[in-house]
Amino acid sequence: MSSVRFTEDHEYIRVDGDVGTIGITDYAQEQLGDVVFVEMPQVGKTVARGEEFAVVESVKAAGEVLAPVSGEVIEVNGALEEAPATVNEDAAGAGWIARIRISDRSELDDLMDAEGYAAFIRDLD
Amino acid sequence: MAARGSEAGGDTELRRTPLHGLHRELGARFVPFAGYEMPVQYPTGVLREHRHTREAASLFDVSHMGQAFVIGPDHGAAAAALEALVPGDVARLGRGRVRYTVLLNDAGGIIDDIMVTRSASEADDGALFLVLNAARREVDLPHIARALPAGVTVAPARARALIALQGPRAADVLARHCGDLSDLGFMSAGSAMIAGADCHLSRSGYTGEDGFEISVDAGRAEAVARVLLGEDEVAPAGLGARDTLRLEAGLCLYGNDIDETTSPVEAGLGWVVARRRRAEGGFPGAGRILAELDRGPARLRVGLLPEGRAPARAGAAIMLGGREIGTVTSGGYGPTLNAPVAMGYVESRAAVAGTRVALVARGKSREAEVVELPLVAHRYHLQKS
Repeated sequence: MSSVRFTEDHEYIRVDGDVGTIGITDYAQEQLGDVVFVEMPQVGKTVARGEEFAVVESVKAAGEVLAPVSGEVIEVNGALEEAPATVNEDAAGAGWIARIRISDRSELDDLMDAEGYAAFIRDLD
Repeated sequence: MAARGSEAGGDTELRRTPLHGLHRELGARFVPFAGYEMPVQYPTGVLREHRHTREAASLFDVSHMGQAFVIGPDHGAAAAALEALVPGDVARLGRGRVRYTVLLNDAGGIIDDIMVTRSASEADDGALFLVLNAARREVDLPHIARALPAGVTVAPARARALIALQGPRAADVLARHCGDLSDLGFMSAGSAMIAGADCHLSRSGYTGEDGFEISVDAGRAEAVARVLLGEDEVAPAGLGARDTLRLEAGLCLYGNDIDETTSPVEAGLGWVVARRRRAEGGFPGAGRILAELDRGPARLRVGLLPEGRAPARAGAAIMLGGREIGTVTSGGYGPTLNAPVAMGYVESRAAVAGTRVALVARGKSREAEVVELPLVAHRYHLQKS
């Protein structure tokens, strides 16, 4: 069973055991516009919650992707190198950015669930 | 995800252009820009809007830009008054001709870059039509007013919209509504009826493509925009595409690439100093500007092509041999080149095409090559005049 959690900065983390798949939300990709480059973290890098670990560059602006929880980067989505627009087309799926091994699962409790995030972005508009 | 940098704006109430309702209907996303709520993109997105402009024609609302008239008893008086503020030859500007020029401060810095049009109609002689940057209008107008002699006045033309139709098909599209335009060359102006509205047409723009800027009464602007958008070749485009297009075309964005500290010579705009003015001087900052024309400026605006896929943004340091030699002033992604593109200022000795530099931002360094501007060749409707 996997579950998805969301940050107020519009990252998501899909949790499967102690592995989390991180990307930006559909709302975030739409705000950012056409994505032209994703700067990936190094595999093996340890990131702290809230730390910048990737940058999504659109034709308009650069968005820093902050780690939703602490952990070690175990995999990055190499397909984005050739096809950064995948982030626009399928942010929640094929447009994922990196996987981390979560170091402290209790940090997930501070994040929003899908319902909470939906309410959060509704209030932004 | 945290947005890096921010778009210009403030807490004050944003103004809307006469086309605001139309933008909303077209699904625009708005951003604050120079005190206006402006469409940054439509649902198609910046990449497609950019490419559509280079391939067909796009309609941009640029009604936020300042429009004003300098009015004197005759052309000679109006031109002489304006020549006290700019280095261009306004006196010999022909009827129906448009000139790009700069308002200068006493240090030779650029207060604004503007378009000046002498009316095509003999009856309007003595009137010069100015288009000013939105964010500089409130600086420009008092600055101009203070300098005018008795008998010459400046007045904003507030109740007018400005619509840009840009791209290789723009002339064909417009000709369906106001007749053949092949005799109207780049940087020429005239009047035309579009959708029953009396329009002022200028063959100019900010994309590097052939195109027109259409000044029209605010109340008729939506009707004009709708008939143009009704043409198969025309799609709406926002400020996002306008920025990527002008960047590829090597055109300056006031506040980024030029400001009150940059001289036109440093900005690569030495050609705005007309031959007669080089000989006579008599414009603000002439001492510095003529010296820079003679001996070369200390720094120059250049194009930059970063290696790899990551865009370099404004503010990145430009390094050569481990030493900082300049700063990126505009940077992003060029959809036509399908690569990152930038421009910035470098020490003049490095302003040579082919020079390898490093662009450094937030501790990361990447290689780039200095190139000539424009990055994408202009395709204007040039004519002998």
